[in-house]
Amino acid sequence: MTADVITLEEKPAVEESGRPSFLHELFRRPAGVFGLVIILVLVFLFIFGPSIAPYSPIAQDIQHRLEPPSAAHWLGTDQLGRDLLSRLIIGTRVALGVAFPAVFIALVVGSILGMLAGYLGGWVDNVLIVVTDSMQAFPSMMLALALLSVLEPSVKNLILVIAISYTPGYARIVRAQVLAIRESQYVEVERAFGATDLRIAMVHIFPNIVAPMFILLAMDLPTAITTEAGLSFLGLGVRPPTPSWGVILNEGFQKIRISYWPVLDASLTLMIATLGFTLFGETLRDILDPRLTGSRRV
Amino acid sequence: MGYYLLKRLVMTVLVILVAMLFLGSLSHIVPGDPVKLMLGPRAKPDMIERVRIEMELDKPVPVQVLHFAWNALHGDLGTDFINKTPVTRLIASVLPHTIYLAVFSLLLASLIGIPLGVFSAFRPNSWIDRVTSIFSVSLITMPTFVAALLLLLLFAVQLRWLPAIGVGNTSDPVDYFKHLILPAVAMAVTWIGYLARLVRASTLEILNANYIRTAYAYGLSERLISYKYALKNSLIPTVAVLGVGLGNLLGGAIFVEVIFARPGLGYLVYQGEMTRNYPIVRGGTLVVALLFVFANLLADLSYHYLDPRIQLAKLDS
Repeated sequence: MTADVITLEEKPAVEESGRPSFLHELFRRPAGVFGLVIILVLVFLFIFGPSIAPYSPIAQDIQHRLEPPSAAHWLGTDQLGRDLLSRLIIGTRVALGVAFPAVFIALVVGSILGMLAGYLGGWVDNVLIVVTDSMQAFPSMMLALALLSVLEPSVKNLILVIAISYTPGYARIVRAQVLAIRESQYVEVERAFGATDLRIAMVHIFPNIVAPMFILLAMDLPTAITTEAGLSFLGLGVRPPTPSWGVILNEGFQKIRISYWPVLDASLTLMIATLGFTLFGETLRDILDPRLTGSRRV
Repeated sequence: MGYYLLKRLVMTVLVILVAMLFLGSLSHIVPGDPVKLMLGPRAKPDMIERVRIEMELDKPVPVQVLHFAWNALHGDLGTDFINKTPVTRLIASVLPHTIYLAVFSLLLASLIGIPLGVFSAFRPNSWIDRVTSIFSVSLITMPTFVAALLLLLLFAVQLRWLPAIGVGNTSDPVDYFKHLILPAVAMAVTWIGYLARLVRASTLEILNANYIRTAYAYGLSERLISYKYALKNSLIPTVAVLGVGLGNLLGGAIFVEVIFARPGLGYLVYQGEMTRNYPIVRGGTLVVALLFVFANLLADLSYHYLDPRIQLAKLDS
């Protein structure tokens, strides 16, 4: 009985031995904590937005349009009298709802392609290199524009387009890692013991590429949020009346000479969000890959 | 070097070819009828048929794709199907505005970003360094269109110091320059932050190098060491990045051009997109890709030229 209790108490302690040190590292970096707080607030708004938002994001009130901030409307109202605070809160649904799946799809597809190319080599590898190089020959915004010129604007297509333009980055990084690890001595030893390709891939290569992938993921999220907002701003992404930050910016831009509040509110929201993700992503990189830290901080 | 150069050139040609094939087949790799999508749901059947024949969409797909690539190689990007103007002529008429914009904004970013980076590297962890680093992160994360909108709001709408629309009078340099300032600053914002950071990192690395320590040991003055020995080497990576930056700015001009209603490559593609004028989108995107590829190639080669220690063959793995 007592022995049971001891094992039960000890097990979590052993498993968690890695985690406190990560959190400890994180709390030593105020910028990272600041970034994390912003991300948590955004995720909170993403989940509970509808019950927090003071008004419906599409409820019009023509009597009170383009008003500056007031007690009733903390951030003012837009050209149809809709509450900007509510629209920005519900806007997290589009911002995170596009960025997260898009980057995740890019990560999964890119990793698989990169692993195949790096591991199989030969013509598979050459084809991948030429294709990813060609895709990266377009600035990612132009690639997205080209694809959207033949697709209907919708949230689903937006996710697809952003995912496609981010996939080459993941494929390249995974391929480079796989090539490096494949030639390492411990994989050679494993192969000498008769390990199969699948085993080497899953047991040795995959765990080693997790850290760089996480870093790239954290760095790509803010750019994905920006891309969504940018495309929606241009009228090629989410369509009004859906409250996307880009749509709010666009509508505010049309009325910029009458009221600057819509543009100002949405700009600041977007800046804070991307800053939060970037700060957290960079902190994550510093912690997970200390080799990269040396070149930036002395 | 010879082998690397050859490999790099072959790769560039391949990339351009694949880009052409991709753009040529773009309208076919997605489900649905491209003509109906372009003309919208209210198009009449005879109109659809006419456009289909004009754009050669009635021919087999591989023929169309090869035809586009072949014509593109001969400098023919097709004709705009609304005004019947050759796409190359449309591009040629606006391209200079985009190039001036990109070059001027990169110049601006270098003039502000590089000194900031050098300055903070010489005083690491001082308050100036800390302020610069917070400043750089904020600038890097600021989307170009947000910067453009905020600048437009402050300097054109509120203060009315600078014009908000168009490129101005092309025969009047002062007027043209006035119209260039806000868009160029908006595009430079990200790069100021980025360059400040990059230069700080590379300068710090050089300052810790053995030969700098040796120079100190020889009793050379700090000034001489900084300017003659450290700075020159620390700017090498920056020069290479500037090439990439130019390519990026040429392509990224779209937001700034739309917000300031400035004729340019980005605005042209945007208008093509809005009117579903597919040949313009295809041609404009191809030109952006070409500029981007060549700027990158130039950056890579200049990197090697400036710093022979770098083995380019190892870099490309």
